[in-house]
Amino acid sequence: MHLKKFGFLGRVASFLVLALWTSLASAGGLNGVGLKVGMVLDKGGKDDKSFNASAYSGANRAKDELKIQYKYVEATDDNAFEPLLRSFAQKDFDLIIGVGFAQAEAMAKVSKAFPNKLFAIVDSDVKGANVRSLMFEEHEGSFLMGAVAALKSKSGKIGFIGGMAIPLIKRFEMGFEAGVKHVNPKATVTSNFVGVTADSWNNPPKAKELALGQFNNGVDVIFQAAGASGSGVFDAAEEKKKFAIGVDSNQNWMKPGVILTSMMKRVDISVYETIKEVAAARNAEGKLPADFNKTFAGLKRFGLKNSGVDYALDSHNQKEMSADVKKKIDDLKGQITSGKIKVPDFYTAKAGKK
Amino acid sequence: MNLDSLLDFSSAVLRGMTPILFAALGGYLSERSGVINIALEGMMLIGSFFGVLAALSFHGSGAPWMGFLAAGVAGGIFAALYGLFVIRYRANQIVAGTAMNLLAAGLTPFFCKIVFDSTGNTPSLPLEDRFQYFPMFLSFGLAFGLHWMSRQTPMGLWISFAGENPAALATAGIRVNRLRTWAVIASGVLAGWGGASLSICLSSSFSRNMTAGRGFMALAALIFGKWRPLPAMGACLFFAISDTVQMRLQGVPVFGGQPIPVEFIQMIPYVATMLILAGWVGQSRAPKSLGLPFHQG
Repeated sequence: MHLKKFGFLGRVASFLVLALWTSLASAGGLNGVGLKVGMVLDKGGKDDKSFNASAYSGANRAKDELKIQYKYVEATDDNAFEPLLRSFAQKDFDLIIGVGFAQAEAMAKVSKAFPNKLFAIVDSDVKGANVRSLMFEEHEGSFLMGAVAALKSKSGKIGFIGGMAIPLIKRFEMGFEAGVKHVNPKATVTSNFVGVTADSWNNPPKAKELALGQFNNGVDVIFQAAGASGSGVFDAAEEKKKFAIGVDSNQNWMKPGVILTSMMKRVDISVYETIKEVAAARNAEGKLPADFNKTFAGLKRFGLKNSGVDYALDSHNQKEMSADVKKKIDDLKGQITSGKIKVPDFYTAKAGKK
Repeated sequence: MNLDSLLDFSSAVLRGMTPILFAALGGYLSERSGVINIALEGMMLIGSFFGVLAALSFHGSGAPWMGFLAAGVAGGIFAALYGLFVIRYRANQIVAGTAMNLLAAGLTPFFCKIVFDSTGNTPSLPLEDRFQYFPMFLSFGLAFGLHWMSRQTPMGLWISFAGENPAALATAGIRVNRLRTWAVIASGVLAGWGGASLSICLSSSFSRNMTAGRGFMALAALIFGKWRPLPAMGACLFFAISDTVQMRLQGVPVFGGQPIPVEFIQMIPYVATMLILAGWVGQSRAPKSLGLPFHQG
């Protein structure tokens, strides 16, 4: 050991630090020490300023506050999910988190193969005795965005740009349109989608082109749910001096004055809470109670009620979100959480039609 | 359709075809000289990253121009590496090209992480540091320039011969492999510009894999255009038109106020391409020695 160099005092100091460390860890009920969490991010990567970035920051918070050990990987294509999840499970990781609906199938397979490990998936409902599904009520948040758009629009023409026309994005769209119509029944919503392949989430030039087309047709506010492509929508709004609305993370800072607000999907909270629950349930030896799976597995919903989705308000959009707009939005939020307004949900609406 | 929407439509078409046209012209130079270039996609990616990098560093002092310059240089260097593999060491061109694409897909986030501490995207360029129209004019100019070169200059003839019958060209005293190397490097410069036009003209930052298959579309346009610059430009125009039609028809109410489901609209470019390929184009003949390394005697 190099401690010799520091002599007796050094040893005392290091002992004290160590003692303090362990006592803090046990006193705070933080049995996170030694808990190993693996996270598989979706193709956007941890710096997409959006969905994956949020999951990443949640896990980082757990690392800082709960002292867990944590590793993440970024998948580069859809075929990579299964081997990545599997490799975490084969090693000594206790909890494996998959971010994004695209991992659902891989997650179902791998979780079955490793019944002794815990799994969590964001944005999809995977059944399994050891799987927790973290789902967000995107339609509720989108409804508020629709209300903001309708309040700020002068032309009564409002746009929506999604990445792909998949159920998840349709859910955003449906909630958004309901919010627009709630505030201004005469307003129209034009919906566009970037593409049909996974590239759609990473194609800002095309998203920008769609946005320019909408702006040229008189649209003056666009809500985007298109991952990293969304920056193209912001560029178009900046050029045409119109408004855009951000998604997933708080994107207000990206173009202050252009971005009205962002619909935040608090993936970070859902990830952090999940890790925390597991950490809290561990005893001193790092073992989980035998029936922990029962409390862990299942579907957890995050909506306006538990701040799982929300709208972003900060110094960048104070001017755009004036007091009266904010008041109206908060009022609507209260009506949704109290159940007075029922926001149409694409998932259940589809099932109802059958 | 009034004048405004016609203007909107045609400028959207021009914007959409610019990056593909650059890459297709690059592909023209490389493939006409006998080197298959499926690495266009990777070269575009390299160009789009280094273009933004230079434009960000030269903020306020000719940023977009420096960006374009850097994109060309970076694309050229990257292409030179490809040339080294396939011309000097005679690696299989499909395999090496695929490797270059993978390399570019990995290198760009890697560099991005080093410089900007983010694997996803770069900070965005302010409006005054971006191009508005220049890349479009440049790409059209280049298409006509290359057409003229292929018809009127010895260089054009040499390039064709390098791809058709390199042995004959060698007997005439031209160094085939050197010519091919320069053609590949030039293709990298052009593809790099295509990438830069994506990142510093059509959008404002680099994001991972932002070329989204445009390099392969360029290759398709080249084959579609029978390995000639102007027909390839026509093919790019066709791709851009069908894509713009697709984009502008999304959500437009027809027949009693109901829009056509977006899934059908989004099929338009694919269906149109299939119809044209099956019906009109006829046989597209590749240069005879395309993909065959030349052993200089």
